[in-house]
Amino acid sequence: MSDEAREAVGDYKFGFHDPENATIRFDKGLSEQVVRDISALKDEPEWMTDIRVKAYHHFMEREMPNWGNCGELNNIDFDNVTYFLRSSDATEKDWDDVPDDIKNTFDRLGIPEAEQKWLGGVTAQYESEAVYHSIREDLEEQGVLFLDMDSGLKEHPEIVKKYFGTVIPYSDNKFSALNTAVWSGGSFIYVPKGVHVEMPVQAYFRINAKNMGQFERTLIIADEGSSIHYVEGCTAPTYSTDSLHSAVVELIAMKDAKIRYSTIQNWSANVYNLVTKRGVAHENATVEWVDGNIGSKLTMKYPAVLLKGEGAHAEVISVAYAGAGQHQDAGAKVHHLAPNTTSSILSKSISKNGGRSSYRGMLQVTPKSHGCRSKIVCDALMLDNDSRSDTYPTMEIGNSTADLEHEASVSKVSGDQLFYLMSRGFSEEEAMGLIVNGFFEPFTRELPMEYAVELNKLLELEMEGSIG
Amino acid sequence: MGEEILRIEDLHVSVDETPILNGMSLTINRGEIHVIMGRNGAGKSTLASVIMGHPAYEITKGSIHYMGANIEEMSVFERARAGMFLSFQYPAVIPGVQVGTFLKKSVQSVRDEPLKGREFRKELNAAMKTLEMQKSVLSRYVNDGFSGGEKKRLEMLQMLLLQPTLALLDETDSGLDIDALRIVAKGINSVAPQAGSLIITHYQRLLDHVQPHHVHVMIDGVIVESGGPELALKLEEQGYEWLEAPKEA
Repeated sequence: MSDEAREAVGDYKFGFHDPENATIRFDKGLSEQVVRDISALKDEPEWMTDIRVKAYHHFMEREMPNWGNCGELNNIDFDNVTYFLRSSDATEKDWDDVPDDIKNTFDRLGIPEAEQKWLGGVTAQYESEAVYHSIREDLEEQGVLFLDMDSGLKEHPEIVKKYFGTVIPYSDNKFSALNTAVWSGGSFIYVPKGVHVEMPVQAYFRINAKNMGQFERTLIIADEGSSIHYVEGCTAPTYSTDSLHSAVVELIAMKDAKIRYSTIQNWSANVYNLVTKRGVAHENATVEWVDGNIGSKLTMKYPAVLLKGEGAHAEVISVAYAGAGQHQDAGAKVHHLAPNTTSSILSKSISKNGGRSSYRGMLQVTPKSHGCRSKIVCDALMLDNDSRSDTYPTMEIGNSTADLEHEASVSKVSGDQLFYLMSRGFSEEEAMGLIVNGFFEPFTRELPMEYAVELNKLLELEMEGSIG
Repeated sequence: MGEEILRIEDLHVSVDETPILNGMSLTINRGEIHVIMGRNGAGKSTLASVIMGHPAYEITKGSIHYMGANIEEMSVFERARAGMFLSFQYPAVIPGVQVGTFLKKSVQSVRDEPLKGREFRKELNAAMKTLEMQKSVLSRYVNDGFSGGEKKRLEMLQMLLLQPTLALLDETDSGLDIDALRIVAKGINSVAPQAGSLIITHYQRLLDHVQPHHVHVMIDGVIVESGGPELALKLEEQGYEWLEAPKEA
């Protein structure tokens, strides 16, 4: 543990020992002691400390996943990762260290300076307290709990204990184990029976900076007959010197409930973005993932839905944009575990300047699940000949009554489209931007307005300098 | 007649080293409507694409002057911004891009002064009324799932909004029923007095609604005959044989 971190905590009472070595440990690398220190720092109940420690040992023993671009994962240097996101001044960097291209993008997107600094990792937090509190009050009146995960654990330990790790146990995969061991931040939401949250609830940096942690942990429970739309992330590039981000998101939609979870992430090009997202849909419930991935070095993310109750529905709409040196390995997993369940998957990807995007999907129908329907559509758009797009669909169909559709297309921007648009006054870059925005439109129209506008603007910026 | 808009001199054009235009010349002044007729493969559509700056075509000899300047080095969008417009025979589909958004951005990129939302909507409404178009078209995607007639109407709508100085119409009349033909003619007639117009067509029937000043016949990449409106009627009756050079002398 570093001196600054210790100063932030205030004293030594949580059992930190071996201060000499701890300095190194806390800054970089992982051990059981680091995990215990994190838990102690947060003053967590013993059961959480136990889960963390178990998860840590599982992480150490567990092999790398075999689903996804797994060879690349061996390049991650786990000893060179900081596992605890220190709060306060300790995390602040110098604005001069933020790369110019990222600063320029902030400017072009018209992001205010204070937010730019937060996004650039220069300030640890940026919150608009007023906005955040008024939303909180509305939700509280309806009995909705909306807190960061650390506060959720403190204030509602009984709910967290009941559901934490039930959808994604630490033993699910190496990275869920890592997240369980060292998680910090993320959101905790509980929507009571029959409550419909009308406005999208946003864990946007503008209202809650704590949600953008490196190992964030989110848990959303929608009780019977309730509904909520949760939005996280932002379109502006999030610069991080930490090269590993590994979040876990668990959703639980009880009978007749509906959860939609929308994300846009745009990590800087040095980041491994390895996220486990899974939702459970009980009888007649709906879980929807709307997932946008831009940036990062490698993203591996396959939002999943377990259709556990009869009549449940899953919807996954995702887009991925892979530029130079990037691999977006994304997709969806839907498991039809009950009769008459339905699912729809729409995946759209763009590859440019040698970038690679892959759709990796899993569709499972168990033998007892009669009358299931599923539709999968994968569209890839290649902006040049150096880029790459692949599709890896896996299907395990155990019931012959299943009604399945799978469409896949790979297209290129045609010369006819460019000539047409340029004859209407658009430069080649503007024409590309228009075509790209149009391609993503089925995704963009699902987003709250301000996100849609920003995403379109960002994609237009991405097209600059891409010609020739 | 008005000032010179377009002057083509001894134009030779090749695609992949295959010559398509073989020394054609044409001058269009403001207010004039020129019609080029000819069989398939005569080079008519190539001419329109070359004037607009399509990168696949190579000018091997001759020149194109627009508003007095040689435009060989101008890119397609620069020509559009300078007031040139091509109504496509086969307009491209742009999935996911709404017509309304597309029109506004296009007009904005061609005009110098900033576009005011309310004024643009006024203009748009007026133009759509002229062309008897439904508002619902604005929320559809550009040419996506459009019938032939709908595509041509959208081309005319763009032409009315962009108010070109040079209007090139490549077989805008083909495949249209009589109502659509009348509406397309309305679009041409409203732009033509302020512009130079070049209409490429197979048929005389558009000329029942649009009065051309000059009719030219193109064969094998050159203009072999020019005349007034009566030439179009003669072609309709007699075909092109009488203009073709005898195969064996």
